[in-house]
Order: sequence, then C-alpha cells, then structure tokens
Amino acid sequence: MFPVLTTIVFLPLVGALLLLLIENRDGRRDAVIRWTALGASLLVFAATLVLWIRFDPSRADFQFVERHDWIPSFGVQYFVGVDGISLFLLVLTGVLTPVALLSSWESVHKKVKEFSAFLLVLESAMLGVFVSLDLFLFYMFWDAMLIPMYFLIGVWGYDRRIYAAVKFILFTAAGSVLMLLAIIGLAWMHNSITGTGYSFDLLKLYDLRLPRQYEFWFFLAFTLAFAIKVPLFPFHTWLPDAHVEAPTAGSVILAGVLLKMGAYGLVRFAFPLFPSAAAFFAPAIALLAVIGIVYGALVAMVQPDLKKLVAYSSVSHMGFVVLGICALNVQGMQGAMYQMLNHGISTGGLFLIVGMLSDRRHTRQIAEFGGLKAVTPRLVAVFLLITLSSIGLPGLNGFVGEFLILLGAFRWDPRYAAFAASGVILSAVYMLWMFQRVNYGPVTHDENRSLPDLTVRERWVIIPIVAMAIFMGVLPGIFLRPMQPSVDRLLQRVSREAVARAPVAGRTDVTLRATGPADVRVKN
Amino acid sequence: MLLLIPLLPFLGFLVNASFGRRLSKTMSGGVAVAAMVGSFAASAAASWTLLGMPAGGRVIDQDVFTWISSGDLLVPFALRLDPLSMVMILVVSGIGALIHLYSTAYMHEERDSEYARYFSYLNLFAAFMLVLVLAPNFLVMFVGWEGVGLCSYLLIGFWYHKTSAADAGKKAFIVNRIGDFGFLLGVLLLFSQFGTLDFHALARGISVFAPETARFGTLSVAALLLFLGATGKSAQIPLHVWLPDAMEGPTPVSALIHAATMVTAGVYMIGRNAVLYSHAPGVLELVAIVGVATAVMAATIGLVQNDIKRVLAYSTVSQLGLMFVAMGVGAYAAGIFHLFTHAFFKALLFLGSGAVIHALAGEQDLRRMGGLRKELPVTYWTFLVGALAIAGIPPLSGFFSKDELLYRAYANGHPYLWFFASLASLLTACYMFRLVFLAFHGERAPAAAPSDHTGHQGAQGHLHDAPRPMAIALIVLAVGAVLAGSVGVPGVLRGSNRIESFLEPSFTVESDHAPASTVQPAGPGDEAAGGMVHGAPAAEREPVAGPEAEGSATLEGGLMLTSTLVAVTGIGLAWFFFVRRRDLAEAAARRFQGLHRLLLNKYYVDEIYEAGIVQPVRILSEQGLWRVLDVGVIDGAVNGVAVTVRGASGALRLLQTGSIRAYAASLMLGALLILGYMLWW
Repeated sequence: MFPVLTTIVFLPLVGALLLLLIENRDGRRDAVIRWTALGASLLVFAATLVLWIRFDPSRADFQFVERHDWIPSFGVQYFVGVDGISLFLLVLTGVLTPVALLSSWESVHKKVKEFSAFLLVLESAMLGVFVSLDLFLFYMFWDAMLIPMYFLIGVWGYDRRIYAAVKFILFTAAGSVLMLLAIIGLAWMHNSITGTGYSFDLLKLYDLRLPRQYEFWFFLAFTLAFAIKVPLFPFHTWLPDAHVEAPTAGSVILAGVLLKMGAYGLVRFAFPLFPSAAAFFAPAIALLAVIGIVYGALVAMVQPDLKKLVAYSSVSHMGFVVLGICALNVQGMQGAMYQMLNHGISTGGLFLIVGMLSDRRHTRQIAEFGGLKAVTPRLVAVFLLITLSSIGLPGLNGFVGEFLILLGAFRWDPRYAAFAASGVILSAVYMLWMFQRVNYGPVTHDENRSLPDLTVRERWVIIPIVAMAIFMGVLPGIFLRPMQPSVDRLLQRVSREAVARAPVAGRTDVTLRATGPADVRVKN
Repeated sequence: MLLLIPLLPFLGFLVNASFGRRLSKTMSGGVAVAAMVGSFAASAAASWTLLGMPAGGRVIDQDVFTWISSGDLLVPFALRLDPLSMVMILVVSGIGALIHLYSTAYMHEERDSEYARYFSYLNLFAAFMLVLVLAPNFLVMFVGWEGVGLCSYLLIGFWYHKTSAADAGKKAFIVNRIGDFGFLLGVLLLFSQFGTLDFHALARGISVFAPETARFGTLSVAALLLFLGATGKSAQIPLHVWLPDAMEGPTPVSALIHAATMVTAGVYMIGRNAVLYSHAPGVLELVAIVGVATAVMAATIGLVQNDIKRVLAYSTVSQLGLMFVAMGVGAYAAGIFHLFTHAFFKALLFLGSGAVIHALAGEQDLRRMGGLRKELPVTYWTFLVGALAIAGIPPLSGFFSKDELLYRAYANGHPYLWFFASLASLLTACYMFRLVFLAFHGERAPAAAPSDHTGHQGAQGHLHDAPRPMAIALIVLAVGAVLAGSVGVPGVLRGSNRIESFLEPSFTVESDHAPASTVQPAGPGDEAAGGMVHGAPAAEREPVAGPEAEGSATLEGGLMLTSTLVAVTGIGLAWFFFVRRRDLAEAAARRFQGLHRLLLNKYYVDEIYEAGIVQPVRILSEQGLWRVLDVGVIDGAVNGVAVTVRGASGALRLLQTGSIRAYAASLMLGALLILGYMLWW
C-alpha cells in the first residue's frame, strides 16, 4: 500500500530541504522562496484533504497504518496511523500552515529562506506528532517541534523575543523530560510485566495493566507535560509572552496547532494509557480547567495589548477543551475534539487580524486604535465575524464545541458546568469591549485615518478562516460523525477499569431519574 | 414551506450585505421590504393551512437537516408551526414589513452603503426572530435567541461613531448574555433529565410528574434558570438596564426590536414551555412578582423622563412586566394576547415618535416640543390612537388584552397582583398622556438646540409631517391598534375570546400521548363559546351554566369597569398636571425633589451595578489577578527558579577564584576539619 501518512508527514520537510538549495544571498530570490514554500504547504494541505476523503468514517480503529521496525533491540518502531481523533488535526495543520506563510508574505523580510524552511520543518514535526503510534517516535516529533518554534520566536519575533523564546523552551522542556522518563518507564514495565521485551507500541501499552502507583506517577508525568502545552492554569504564563513576541505566523501556528498538542496528548496518551489514574485525577484537572476558563477571561479583559488579550482568551478556551475531556463522556469528549478545531480557526483568525492591524500601525496597543470601522470596513467585518465565532455565537463554529462540552460537563457534575458557563458571559465582555475600543467610536489617532482596507493577499488569508467558521457552525455533523467511533472506542478504553461514571446528573433529583431516558441511551 | 418564512429575509440580508455597497437606496430598500412582504405572505399562507386543520392537531413540522449529533444528543434544524408560533410569525413578519417600509423614508439621509448596512441588519434580525419563534427545540430557539441579540447589538450601535451608541449596544449584548447563562444551564438540566430538547417531547416527559407545589425540585430549578434568560431578553428586573439605553439605535429599530418583537421573546419562551412552568408553581409566582415589580418600577420612571424615546422604552419594560404577570398567574393565552396587541400599539407609538424626531431634526427632548398637533396631523392622530390603546380605553385593542390579564390575575387568586398591575396601568395612562400633551399640545418651545443627529431639515420654520412610506406604516398600525383586540373579545361582552381557545393547545400536552393536563387554570366566565376561526367548534368544552359563571361574569364586568376608570383617571391626571396646571407639576417636582431625582436617575440601578459589580471585577482582574497573581506570583515563581539557578551557579563560580593560595587554604581548612572531627569524636 502507498505510504500516505509518511508522504504527508515528510512532504514539508522535503519542501524545506528544497528551499535550502535555493541560493538567496541578498534576498533577490525571496519571491521564489515564498512561492515554493507556499506551493509545498498547499500540496500538503491537498494531501490531508485526500486523506479525509479516503478516511472510512465508520471505523473506530487506526487507518492508513504503517509499521516498520526501527530499533528492534529496544522495541522501537516506526508506527503511524490515523483515527477520527487525529484526522481533523492533520487537516487543521494542513490549512493553517499555508495561511501562516501567506500572512507573513509582506511582514517578514529578514532571512526569508530560513523562516519558510523553519515553518515547513515545524509542520512536519506537528504532523508527525499527530500520526505517531509509537511513543518513542512520538517523543522524537514532540521535541523536534521545539527547535523551529524556538527560532521562529527568537529570530523573527518582536522586542523581547529572546526572553520569550527561552521561556517557551524551558517550560516545555521541563514537562517533556518527565514525560520521557515515564515513556522509558512504560517500555520497561512492558518488559517486566509481559516478559516479551521492551515496547513503545501504543496499542500494546493500552492493554498493559500497570501497578497502581506506577500508573499514578506515569500519569502525572505525562499530564504535566501536556498541561504545560495546553496550557492549563497555572502553567500558562509562558503563553502570553510567547504569543506577544512571536511573529504573526508563529502565533497562528502556536495557537492553532501547538496548543492542541497538549489536549491531544491527554486524549491519545495520558487518559487511555492510565485510565484509573485519569478517573482519579479528572476532577482535580477539571477544576484547574474551570479556574483557567474564568481566570483567563478575567485577565484577558484588562489587557491593553491585543495579542496578550487573545493569548489569555486562549487560556480560557483551552480550559473548555480540558474540561470536556475530563467529563469522560461522549458529548464532553466530542465537544473537546471539536473545540480544538474551533479554537484553531477562531484564535488563529484573531491572531491574523491582529497581525494585519500591527502590520499597518506597528503597534498592538488597543488604545492606539479606535473608530476603524469607518476607515477599514471590510477588515472590521471579518474581524466581527471571527470575534463572534470566538464568543460562541450559535450558527458559528465556537458554539457547537462549547455547548457539547457544557453538556458533557453538566452530565458529569453540574457545578463544573455552571462555573464554566460563566465563561459565556465573560467572553462576550472581553471580546466586545476590545472590539468596540478598536473599531467603534470616533477615529482618535490621525495615523489611523488613512489605513488601507484588506488587500487581495489578506483576503486570501482570512476568507478561508471565515468560511470555515461558518461551515463548521452550520454543518458540524461532517466533522462529528467521523469522530464518533473513535471517541466511543476511546471512552471504552478509559472506562475499562475505572468505575463507569454515571452520565446523568447525579446530584439533582432522584425521582426524575427513574424515567429520565438519558440513563439508557448514553454509551458509557 | 415554513423554511421560506425565515429564509426570505435571510436572502435579503445576504444581498444587502454582499452587494449593498453597489446598490442604490431604492434597490437595497426595495430588496429588504420585498423580502419582508414575501415572508409575511408565506406566513399568511402557512397560517391559512394551519387554520384549516382540526383544532386539536394544529401542528406543521418541517425538518431541514441534522444540525448537531453526538452520542444520544440529536438536534435537528427544524421548524414547527403551531397556534402560538402562528401568532408570532404574523406579528413579526407583518409589523416587521411595515417597519421596513417606514425605514425606507426614515433612514433616507444615510449614505448608500450605510443604508444597505442598515437594511441588511434589519433583515437578518427578522430572519433570526422568525427562527426563534418557529423553533421546535431549545437549541434552534437559541440560534434565534442569540441571533436577535446580535442584530440588536449591531443596530443599537448602528451609529457606531457615537460612543454612547457603541456602549449601549455592548451593554445590551452583555446583559443578555447574563440571561443566556441561565438559559443555557436550564437547557442542559432539562436535557440531562429528559434526554431531549424538543418542546413537545419535553412537555410529554414533564407532564408525567406532579407539579412541584411543595418543594423546589429539578423542574423548578430548570424553570428558574430559563426565567433568568427571559429577564435578560425581555428586560425585567434585575436585567432591565439595557433596554432604555438601547434607544441609541435608530427609532424604527426601537420600534421593531425593542418594542414589538425581540423583547417579547422571553414571554414567548415561557409560553412555549407552559407545561414546565405549570409544574413549577413556585417559579411561576416569582415570574408574576418580578413582572409586577418591573411594571410598577418602570412606570414610575417613565413618569419623569424627558426623552420621548426613553418614556416609550420604560413603557415597554412596564408592559412586558404585565405580560409576565399574566404568565405568572398561568394565564398564558392572556399574556400572549397582550403581547399581540402591544406589538401594534407600541410599534405605532415608536414610529410616531420617530416621525416627531424626524420632523424636528433629531430633537428627542419633550421639553423642547409642544404644539405639534397642528403641524403633524397624521402623526398626532395616529399617535393618539396608540396612546389610547396602551392606556386601555375601550374599545381599542389594549383595553381587551390588558383587561383580560388583570381579570386573570384577580380571578386566579392574586388580588395584590391585580392591585399593583392596575397601579401600573394608572401610571401608564398618566405618563403616556403626559407625553402626548407635552409633545403635541400647548405651544411649541422656542429654538431647539442643534443636535448631533445631522442631515435632517432644520427644526425651525415649517415642519413636514411623515413622508408617505412612514404615513402608510403609521396608519396601518393605527388601524391594527384599534382592531387587534377583536380576536379576544371576552364572553362577558358577547365576544368569543377566540385567541384564547385557539392558543390553548400550544400550552398543553398533545392529547394522544398523555392525559391532557390542561395547564390553563380555567376561568369559567369566558369558556363559553369556542367558536374557532375556521369552524371547528370546541364542542368538548363546557358551556357556561349556573350561578357560578354568572357571578364571575359580574366580577369580570366589574373589573372591566374599574380598569376603564383607572385609565380615564390616569389621562385626567396627566391633563390636570400637564395641560391645566403645569405649574403644579413643576411645584411637585420641586417639593419632592429627592423622589424626583431618584426616578429621574432610574433608581440608580446602573450606578449600583457599576460600583458593585463592574468596577470591582475590573479592579480585581487588573490589579489582583493579572498584575499580582499572574505576573507577580506565578510568573515570579518561574522567574524565581531561573534567578535562583543563576544565583546558585554564580555563587559556585565565586569559589573558582583561580588563586592557588585560596585553594591551598581551603584544602588545609578541610583537612583540619576532618582531622578535628576524627580526633574529637
């Protein structure tokens, strides 16, 4: 069979190598480089679309599997595959990379070749993370992501870029090291329990029954790494700095894909590998998630810097994702999966808009704007749409994810849902207040009077995002249906030995439950 | 076919939103009006079909597509027409069409692109509102619910360059979101208990249980949470604060959204979930109390406001309160009936005030008006009809609906509700005629100050009455305000109260599934003739008989007389204070200065919210969470680790001085210590 996934994963890397071959001493071939990079990323995007079309939505197991021995003495394999959970994350990565390249078309002039190459290398690593089914391979890709991101922030960022880049690396590496230990520990436990040698094979490890204390420590090691990446409160303070200092393309990829790595890691590794620990810690993690929802929103509200505002809003939105995962039921999990995609679209879109504003005015301070609607009506129109998507207006993408998560959380424990739902109010507060200060009122700064509206290139950047926001809001079924079997399978795995948690709100009314049909119909 | 009803305005929105820039005013206005007229025609056709069906089974369902499906959650995007939604779509599309027509003239001074933007929002609003009332389940309703909130936000802030307008739009959206918080949780609770979001299926599920009379159970919690949503949308205490500010929007918007349609969504939602509310009597009582408190509070504020639109805004809040009173005493049909008549006369009053503002070049202050009766005859006479209708003078529409509602409050055992609702009616008549007398009677006040609403003809000299499209809308609405009550003439006046028997199936569980638990506490007086619009006599209903019925007929007649007297008294008071003895009104304002200021400042509710909630949250977030916790503590800890590591390595570095003597000395010291340790111990 044709190695589809390998092709997709390494295509951007090949593109990056090609770029390095192009001679570009004094920037004379910048245009060639830009178009080559864009072409490569579009090719990858097309390939992910093909993958989606050929994906069988009725199957729960991994598809397009490739499995080869890599380091047999340690049981390391090259083992990749896709299921309903990772499929759309691949497509999302495929969409956002060309968008990120396009967004930096005019704002990046320094070392264009290296910039584009790093972005493509980053794409390879991200795609690799999503398809790896061997923990060793996964860890390789996971750490490989750090290097291009470090340079994207550190070289092409804004004023405090070095501080932000180092902080980003240190935070992530701190979590990764513990995860590496846990991965090695897992492989070793596989040998000592089954006696069939070391193994990093995810499917085999899923079936491994670990002693309780090992499970707990491994779970915590994995979860810490992922929580930092999400980022979960209180491990989030690297994010505002990284976002503020990163170039637009970096912010888009960071918010759009990299943050998903954390949530994806929880879903793919931490929860199903260590189900009883997951069930034990889920309430605590959910608590942090709910705190993050409210906290991120409140702190976002008072940010004077547009990028910081969007960064803190990410903390809030990703809190929803983690809450959905912790609910451990169909709606919560599917909502979390969907919210990951939504967040990639809406927050990616917000960073693009902020990038456009900052390209025009070379500032991101909200106070420097005002009254833009009269000056740049088209830009403001798309800005509004993405703002509404971010605050979860029904009919746009954000609502579907948020509603499913709240529903899942409510069925698990209404108190979490009640606190999380206050995020519905707060998101409207901080987003609309920001939107008003930037776009409404009189034009208060003369520099803003003659700002150009959307250029043709910018339209190509933002229209796919807006179209996705509407499409995903109106027809979520197209995405939810292929996810369903894999999510069901995942939930079976997680509740394998963990006590099956009643999906019905247990704390409310006992008499009603007798007839509440919800008992019967929920799958786990 | 049902789909066409919201789809046409939505297409109108798409046209104006995508090509509006390139369309002339005639084109963009024409598209918008045509879309609404088409929607009204579709509504009428659908209603006709519905009326042709037998009385018990009047439901038309249309599935459009599966919207969300996850596990056992299945939400179809579907539409459903039943008697309740039929009344609503006719109001929304009919009055909506008139207001669109009116707007073509009212907004004519705007630039082409702004004109198109205005109509695109207005069409979008109508589309969402129609989705809201046609929704068969909570989630589709929520699409409309949030959608109208969005359009309201956009239209209040239509003149976005005015900071006050942008602020008002944002406030409306956020206050509504606070209500939505409750709404969403209520929806989640209902789904987790019953596994469905469909209104019919929920009603069936709920009807199995006994009403929660003794305790505050799950159903009561759900009803309460949903009611929070209703207070947001329908501007009831404590979330009423956004509606008066919403008057920053263009006046036709106030008429359509903030008077006739969107704000009634909360009332409609309770009517839609009548079975649930009937099972939560405690919450129902709260609904009535909140309603009557809002009605009285808003009416007292309306008494002293000087901005013509703000008076009407408080009047709307007050009237919505009366609708909630009806809902709260379980008289759902009476509440919807008042919603129906209110839509006519309140739209009429707002459009009339718009005609005044239009003529006076943006002047909204009542103190600078006066004597407009002669110069604006069409506006005056239509406005007068509206004022008489809202005051409740027979035989105008407001009389029948308000009377029905008051009677129900009294007959269902809540005389104190009746009393306060009557007090609100008295105040209503009073402040409405204060407005009429100040604006249209007396002498014109000199030299209106130039206002920021530019583009209109100067205020001085000859005033022009409403241009033709505006006049048409006013006259049609005036006719409606006179006649709309005829669908609900009560039995005691030899009417048949058709609207009540027509609406009733919407408030009960369909009979084929469960024993029809009639939630309408039967008022025996007017149950008599069920004469349906389309034949189908309500044969199963008991005919009036016996002295009991007669007694209640006497009661109803007596209450009717009382409320007429109340209305006349209110008008008389207004006449006395604002025509006959103007000086007395001013003297009273001076005499009771504290009270006057309290009312003028709307009981300081905005200020209390600002000082009690908004500022603390902001300061907590900025000073506490961000600067101290986030940057100080969490980030400080991280940086602290970094600094400690650096500091420790720095300290270690100091040891490596490179000086041989120092090394030798430390070597000696160490050797001595070890030696000493060994010797000593």
